[in-house]
Amino acid sequence: MADHLTKGMARNIYYGGSFTFLLLLFGLSFHTLRELPERDYRETMTEAVATGKEVWENNDCIGCHSLMGEGAYYAPELANVFDRRGGGDERAFRGFLQGWMSVQPLAAPARRKMPQFNLTAEEIDALAAFLIWTSRINDNNWPPNIEG
Amino acid sequence: MKFHSQAVAKPYFVVALVLFFGQVLFGLIMGMQYIDGDFLFPQIPFNVARMVHTNLLIVWLLFGFMGASYYLVPEESGTELYSPRLARVTFWTFTVAGVATILGYLLLPYAELARLTQNELLPTMGREFLEQPTIIKIGIVAVCLSFVFNIGMTVLRGRKTVITMILMTGLVGLAVFFLFAFYNPSVLTVDKFFWWWVVHLWVEGVWELILAAILSFVLIKVTGVDREVVEKWLYVIVAIALISGLIGMGHHYFWIGPGEYWLWLGSLFSALEPLPFFMIVMFAFKMVKQSRHQYHNRAARTWALGTAVMAFLGAGIWGFLHTLAPVNYYTHGSQITAAHGHLAFFGAYAMIVLAIISYAMPIMRGRPHGNPPSAQRWEIAGFWLMTLSMVGIALALTVAGAWQIALQRLPKAGEALGFIATQEKIIPVYWAREILGALFFLGLVCYLISFFVGRSKQTVGTESLAKSRLPQIAALPALESK
Ligand code: HEC
Ligand code: HEM
Ligand code: HEM
Repeated sequence: MADHLTKGMARNIYYGGSFTFLLLLFGLSFHTLRELPERDYRETMTEAVATGKEVWENNDCIGCHSLMGEGAYYAPELANVFDRRGGGDERAFRGFLQGWMSVQPLAAPARRKMPQFNLTAEEIDALAAFLIWTSRINDNNWPPNIEG
Repeated sequence: MKFHSQAVAKPYFVVALVLFFGQVLFGLIMGMQYIDGDFLFPQIPFNVARMVHTNLLIVWLLFGFMGASYYLVPEESGTELYSPRLARVTFWTFTVAGVATILGYLLLPYAELARLTQNELLPTMGREFLEQPTIIKIGIVAVCLSFVFNIGMTVLRGRKTVITMILMTGLVGLAVFFLFAFYNPSVLTVDKFFWWWVVHLWVEGVWELILAAILSFVLIKVTGVDREVVEKWLYVIVAIALISGLIGMGHHYFWIGPGEYWLWLGSLFSALEPLPFFMIVMFAFKMVKQSRHQYHNRAARTWALGTAVMAFLGAGIWGFLHTLAPVNYYTHGSQITAAHGHLAFFGAYAMIVLAIISYAMPIMRGRPHGNPPSAQRWEIAGFWLMTLSMVGIALALTVAGAWQIALQRLPKAGEALGFIATQEKIIPVYWAREILGALFFLGLVCYLISFFVGRSKQTVGTESLAKSRLPQIAALPALESK
């Protein structure tokens, strides 16, 4: 093959090929962005979900936890913590999260620690709303089981 | 050194190595926290150590890429750098911003840092790898713009080679895709979708162009092989990298919301991504076999070949290992991901920066034919210690990941162990990782010692000149200027 291929041809494959596939990526992305609202149930997103995401980011929860499998691998996956710790019951989960956040860090020696963030009850409630909404996104059935 | 202005690269390389040292220290801290949750808690919570570790990594690699560009572009273009002064200003801006960011992470609670830097005006913080305050991100854009402008003007002014053209596309892409770091909509699925436009399109896209360009430059220099041979293959390699890598981004869209067709597209295209890495290995060894001159900087050649092999291992093999959707369903976000992340980042990007430093630094320090053999011995010892320890770390993390999946993900709900219970079982493997990490650190120390070994004026050149290798040495500069 090496002899048939000239440098000029190779260059054209580089610029032409990359550009073509970049356009293809744009097209696919456009389609995905239009389809996403149905897969993440955008209409159920409340103000609290958006606030919850801000609290999530301002405290860098992703620095220890994964969310939908992305982030750090030091602490439990949280996209399905609503199902794991709340059993799918919103009131139960909100109660759990208030309790959980207030007792950190746990006193168990050598166990991995989660810091105390001193969040207000409203902030924790927003976090709960965010995690509940996230748990319902259609993610092609990941993770394999409830342990995350 | 053919042009005075190439010397602006030196401080970039020095700072890169200092930050690399810091990165590894924080890696070791986290490695301990994996074993003992009370280690340095609450002084340095895990997430803070992680931010410092990964941000230092990215910043030192950027310093390395910048140093590499400032060094090689004038030489390739056959002209002085457009503005050495701008390069120095950029250097200080970037250094001060980088140090301030790391201190901010370490000294303030993250929420306080977000408040102080007014994150609410344009929220961009709190996402993996993109933890920097918004104002710092704006600074990074300014630094990148000034850097790309400076390099671009130099390229425009001089001879345009394939290496500089590919490097330029890579650098422009780096700057452009970073802009997606500023897009952080409150809809998590859209946020995640575009987060990968920074992270994936960097490491599996435009950075590969930068890697290929720097590696070609170093290989041409250490082998004396004609650049005509290199150029065609370089185009083919980067073409395949982008063609497979752009849609290959789909392997990150499996489980974060986007539709099912990404399972097919992502698996298919990303399965091709190892190909360019494989071609780089073939091409590097072919060039070294065809070496036209006996080159005295053995260390630089070792790094160049090592980069090719380790990039293929980390990105190609370890990437392919978990890239097909049915496999990734189980490995996603496990220690397997960490194994691949470490081997790929080290093998491809850390090593290419160390390769160009190994080639260029002696020249900038007035040792045109490389460091004295005593220094090279330390450097090559560092090479092997770091490389082999990193392979060990990746193997340990792969075992940890497989074990994690077996305990936590494969069993049905009810029988599966919880996350923390699983992690506690794996602790022996985390000990192995930590010990290998300590060996890696030792390798890094050997490597750094090599800079201080051998009298400053005693170089391979002068030593072997004395041994009457005169004609060969005299031929070197002529070949190098090709
Ligand atoms: C320094 C690391 C760290 C940070 C930062 C962190 N966590 Fe945690 N988190 C942990 C660890 C470790 C556990 C497991 C604790 C245990 O089981 O004893 C945990 C457990 C949890 C759990 C219970 C999960 C389960 O299934 O049992 C929730 C909910 C949680 N964290 C929420 C958060 C939120 C919200 C934030 C951000 C405000 C956050 N975490 C930040 C380390 C962290
Ligand atoms: C040598 C000692 C090192 C140790 C002990 C170490 C340890 C760690 C740990 C514990 C994490 C966090 C994993 C998690 O999220 O739970 C991490 C992340 C990371 N480290 Fe290291 N590290 C070391 C060196 C390096 C080096 C040399 C590189 C690259 C050149 C590197 C690149 C990374 C990357 C890219 C991540 C993010 C991984 C991901 O998100 O999947 N590390 N490291
Ligand atoms: C030098 C190039 C590469 C580097 C530096 C690199 C680095 C990384 C890092 C750091 C992550 C973790 C991201 C996160 O924290 O979420 C990751 C994920 C991933 N990489 Fe790579 N990578 C490279 C090339 C490749 C290639 C060529 C492939 C495929 C053949 C690949 C396949 C994957 C997959 C499938 C994931 C997702 C893992 C998961 O589901 O958790 N990578 N890569």
